[in-house]
Amino acid sequence: MDWVNAIVQGTLLGGLYALFAAGLSLIFGVMRLVNIAHGDLIVLGAYLGLTVVMATGLHPLLALVFVVPTMAAIGYVLQRGILNKTLGDDILPPLLVTFGLSVILQNLFLEGYTADPQKMNAGVLETASVSVGGLSLGVLPLLTFAIAVAVIAGLQFIFYRTPLGRSFRAVSDNQEIAQLMGLNKRHIFGLAMALALAVTAIAGILLGIRTSFDPTAGGARLIYGFEAVIIGGLGNLWGTLIGGVILGVAQTVGAKIDPGWQLLAGHIAFLVVLAIRPNGLFPRVSG
Amino acid sequence: MPEPILSLNRLEAHYGDFQALYGVDLEMHEGEVLAIIGANGAGKTTLLRSVSGLMSNAAAQVVYCGTPIGALRADEIAALGIALVPEGRQLFPSLSVEENLLIGGRLNREGPWSLSAVFELFPVLKERRAYPSTALSGGQQQMVAIGRALMSNPDLILFDEISLGLAPVIIKSIYDALPGIVGDGMSAVIVEQDISKALSVSDRVYCLMEGRVSLEGPSANISREAISRAYFGVA
Amino acid sequence: MSNQTHSISRTSQAARVAGVLGALVLMVLIAAPWWAGRADMRLMGELFLYLALASLWNLMAGYAGLVSVGQQAYVGFGGYMLFALTIFGGLHPLYAIAGAGVLGALIAIPVATLIFRLRGAYFAIGTWVIAEVFRLSFAQISALGGGSGSSLPVGIVRSLASSRSGRESLAYWMALGAAVTAITVVYLLLRSRRGLALTAIRDNELAAGSLGIDIWRTKFVVYVVASGLTAMLGALIFLQKLRISPDAAFSVNDWTAFVIFIVVIGGIGTIEGPIIGTLIFFALRETLADLGTTYLIVLGIVAIVVMLKAPKGVWGFIVERYDMQLFPLRYRVKLNDQAKR
Repeated sequence: MDWVNAIVQGTLLGGLYALFAAGLSLIFGVMRLVNIAHGDLIVLGAYLGLTVVMATGLHPLLALVFVVPTMAAIGYVLQRGILNKTLGDDILPPLLVTFGLSVILQNLFLEGYTADPQKMNAGVLETASVSVGGLSLGVLPLLTFAIAVAVIAGLQFIFYRTPLGRSFRAVSDNQEIAQLMGLNKRHIFGLAMALALAVTAIAGILLGIRTSFDPTAGGARLIYGFEAVIIGGLGNLWGTLIGGVILGVAQTVGAKIDPGWQLLAGHIAFLVVLAIRPNGLFPRVSG
Repeated sequence: MPEPILSLNRLEAHYGDFQALYGVDLEMHEGEVLAIIGANGAGKTTLLRSVSGLMSNAAAQVVYCGTPIGALRADEIAALGIALVPEGRQLFPSLSVEENLLIGGRLNREGPWSLSAVFELFPVLKERRAYPSTALSGGQQQMVAIGRALMSNPDLILFDEISLGLAPVIIKSIYDALPGIVGDGMSAVIVEQDISKALSVSDRVYCLMEGRVSLEGPSANISREAISRAYFGVA
Repeated sequence: MSNQTHSISRTSQAARVAGVLGALVLMVLIAAPWWAGRADMRLMGELFLYLALASLWNLMAGYAGLVSVGQQAYVGFGGYMLFALTIFGGLHPLYAIAGAGVLGALIAIPVATLIFRLRGAYFAIGTWVIAEVFRLSFAQISALGGGSGSSLPVGIVRSLASSRSGRESLAYWMALGAAVTAITVVYLLLRSRRGLALTAIRDNELAAGSLGIDIWRTKFVVYVVASGLTAMLGALIFLQKLRISPDAAFSVNDWTAFVIFIVVIGGIGTIEGPIIGTLIFFALRETLADLGTTYLIVLGIVAIVVMLKAPKGVWGFIVERYDMQLFPLRYRVKLNDQAKR
């Protein structure tokens, strides 16, 4: 039963990792940009949530009402102000600029919030649990997983069923021809980054409720998200969810064997997938 | 004489150190169909890229309805009513046939063209509307590319080598459809390797040679010798 | 009739002057223990180690297109190997440094075969995962102090040189030697046939592949050589620090962020770039370090601005302005005017 419990808890944890990954995956899909600062932006979401909670006394989940639009706005401005200038055939500029951004963000957090770990208090939600078939499942992890599924379903809907998603796919396919359709790619990229950071805001708030975070917490979150994307297969959002689940299960099962093995087991699962299926478990066939 | 819909004034274009166009002058009026012919590398595609904004030029070198547009971006020019059917079709592979057409119509310009009008012109596309665009034959893909450009209800449409790589019977059916497209007063520029095709559908013809206009005149009464001289630069 | 003939050469006036000047500067630097104070020597030693790290990172990112944000894996690995080989293997520290390099190169082989499956930017994050795996693994080894780390026993430190000033001089010379070695290796590698292939890859990977250059193999060699040398540097770094812990050994800030900053500012894809970048970085650090986090924010902003506005860095700017090259790599065609003869 302990093992079943570990697997179930890991699956639920995978939902959070899928949320870390969704924004990364979206951005790569639309503009082939790999954002090294993605983890730090997740942490930015958490800090913004903390600020709203402290200023207003709102429940952290309600803080989403402020944090999601704020992060989306930051995303649009960041893309149009800086990141659009780095896009091109050379992979160095986007990598190094987002790396620089990561350094800046971490030190801004330090300046603004000190190095002390912080956490958001979600009250009873943190301890509430339901009993399912002899397993005690936390309401928060269940909620996180449900949100992850909803977010991915929502992104999937936007991508494949709306004019905006059509524009995303057209620009991703062929930037030059997309411009002939009247699409301003700079604007489309801005919208994609706004959407990605809106998702990132949700991920950040859920992270900040679940565990404590500090200014340097971003790196690990970038890595988890990245691993979920690669395990699931590039460009496949549902695959990313499964990738997140595999990563989460590997971690909880690893922790069950030896607490020191929790993180290592996740990375090893990633490396094994990379060795056996370098294109991930569910790569998209087209494109 | 009314204002020309498009005029090129000493248009020059460069790819890095390579100069593709050397001061091309061109003028066309509303409702006119212009053919541009010339050997490979003469600068035909470059000319269309300059007009559609895929290449940036000095603003005054390209004037559309009295507005200098040479320095505008492609999306801004598209919004003004110029559409390009690019060489090699260049459909969006991750969009279905219908989505390819819809994205062509996203500018929402007023006019006769709509999804149903395109389906009426090319009925085979209606049957395959849900197919991925990559699953169509070359001729059908060309129909989608033309339909996609029409969906924006342009005032000026540019065709780049629409017969390239297609079987003769397909080319014929596409060219048979052309009068239905440009008949309503839409202006068109047709870049074409097949000279007789180009002459048969156009009002006037420009011949380019090594980035310069080597011949210009009405398509109906231009002599074969004049064309081959302008085309190859030999008497 | 043309009165001109061509001659092709690699050297130039500037390169010859730089060669002579460089030799002079090197001699002065070697003599530093007789003219520099203890603090200055420490600073210069650290500068040389960063110069070496930066030159190797530049070789990977600027020439082979291998943008890594995980070279701290090898710095930390080398550091830990120094401790393991001296404490458990009983090796003299100098042999342990060499051993760390060999082991670093060996472990880079399976790592490369794995992460070379990731393309472009994803390769970068993959290298970071590897560094994390190294960090977490060493934190599990209790014999090396686990998560809290361990110190180098006094006996091993003393075996280097009996007096404190002797040890300090030796450490300084080793750092200087490391920098000279790293730059020389990069220079020789780039002048070799393989270097020509690298330059071709940098300029156009697709075209290089169609010319029959084995891109994978070339990159692989660069990765393994750079990683082995980085591991040696790691051993040197922690021989000076005398204490190691997983967080310090595998720090992404110390061993990658600063190194990237140096190379970007100085000029990526040039040998001269890291030298200039290191000087600028240390100048900034010595003047602004008191500002703490603000200093790091400034570093980040400077790096972004340089990347966007002058992607070839300070040295690229100088080259464009004066067409100068201190390390003769390119062949140039000279026109000899015969009419004057």
